[in-house]
Amino acid sequence: MVLLAGLLLGTVPALAQDDDLLRELQAKAADSTHSRVPDFTQATFKGTHIINSQSVETPGQGTLLFLIQHRFGTLNSGAYNFFGLDQAVLRLSFEYGLTDRLALGVGRSSQDKTFDGFVKYKALRQSTGTHAMPVSVTLLASSALTSLKFVEPERTTRTRLAYTYQALIARKFSPSLSVQLMPTLVHRNFVDSKRAENDVYALGAAVRQKLTKRLALTADYFYLLPGATATDMRNALGLGVDIETGGHVFQLHFTNAQGMMESLFVPQTTGNFFDGDIYFGFNVSRAFTVKSR
Amino acid sequence: MKHLLLLGLGLLLLLPTAQAQGKYSTRTGSIRFFSGTPLEDIEGRSTQAAGVLDMNTGKVAFSVPMKSFVFKRTLMQEHFNENYVESEKYPTATFSGAVVGFQPGQLPGTGLQRVQVEGDLTIHGVKRRVRVPGTLELKDSHLLVSSKFNVAPADYNIEIPALVRDNIAKTMEVTLAFSCDPTPRLKPPLPDEFSSLFSPVGPACRPATRYRAGPGPGR
Repeated sequence: MVLLAGLLLGTVPALAQDDDLLRELQAKAADSTHSRVPDFTQATFKGTHIINSQSVETPGQGTLLFLIQHRFGTLNSGAYNFFGLDQAVLRLSFEYGLTDRLALGVGRSSQDKTFDGFVKYKALRQSTGTHAMPVSVTLLASSALTSLKFVEPERTTRTRLAYTYQALIARKFSPSLSVQLMPTLVHRNFVDSKRAENDVYALGAAVRQKLTKRLALTADYFYLLPGATATDMRNALGLGVDIETGGHVFQLHFTNAQGMMESLFVPQTTGNFFDGDIYFGFNVSRAFTVKSR
Repeated sequence: MKHLLLLGLGLLLLLPTAQAQGKYSTRTGSIRFFSGTPLEDIEGRSTQAAGVLDMNTGKVAFSVPMKSFVFKRTLMQEHFNENYVESEKYPTATFSGAVVGFQPGQLPGTGLQRVQVEGDLTIHGVKRRVRVPGTLELKDSHLLVSSKFNVAPADYNIEIPALVRDNIAKTMEVTLAFSCDPTPRLKPPLPDEFSSLFSPVGPACRPATRYRAGPGPGR
């Protein structure tokens, strides 16, 4: 005991200068790491999807993500339909990270029996350091094919296709606040009325505010740019909560859109949120490591 | 003229390698931590640890950017930074201490020398006094430093939610292996670009330049 105290005392005079050594080291480390590797901002959003919209995130290299998205019926459909829980629309999808920046995805929605495929690429990543980048930009291109049987007349493959091009621009302002803007173009090869537009332009916005480390509030909104689609359809709005556990992210939300793909919810949302046309829904994702790094 | 100057500086840089005593440092030290449970093994590795040892005083310091730890699963890496060590708030883990019972001139010979190091370990913004075993070895003018010790996340206010409590060990085994180069004493300090040109082992492990005491640029 005395020996230990002696040792402790012995090191005390040296302590004042220990920190100098550390300071010297950190000044040096700060200089070198910043010039070598940019400090990329991590986890701007928790999942690859926010509510309806996709986020700037992609699954990392070698990660396979299994995503289940679910929207029940409208809350205002009454007790007979158990406030919408009797009806459900589902989308199942797989997303795979080819690299840390490039991801591929495939999905299938029960709405219009739609198959979809997409490519997502992190073009810019928010970072600090010498070559600081203020925002992350992820580019998304997706195509959707409806496999619904049309009785009269049957449609060709070409007329079943729709494409979405989107730039996801996000900034994590603080560890708890992230904001994303989404200029979007949806092109539909076929529309069923003369008035409907083939090309629909929209500007989306999404926000995440973390409440605790594992709980966050989210919202996303798509503003249809003026045109026939904006007159006939409604802007898609979603409000939700993200709950994170070990390998899962649970996203629970209320939205006026039942479609879970850009080509469905951007130009085809009919529900009026404030009249109670609200669909309760959730996204659940599970990550599998296919290839270890 | 310019070339002569550069050549001269280069020679100056190489000179101290002959010197046995002085400061040894590295920026590419490896640190690995490991958590083993029956459910899951978690391992993080970094090769971006910076370390410095002063062989005149026996003082030791190292620092590692938390974001430099690489995991086998990307999700683990995200959780580590986002939920556990909160890298954005506490970007580095540091150690600052001294070799216990150090006597000046007691530089390790060619053999392995066991030492105890005592100092402050700071992780997740929590500073704790620790004493860890380690070895020093002088080999081909490099000072090889290694150490293995345990760190309990709970000691550093790293909360582990009940749901994953069985997946994460109560104590992590930390293994540290640094190969330090002799640090040249030069005044004034060379810009980084120059020192890398003359580094005998290439830019990844260049000899450190001497810095002024007190807050440097960018602080």
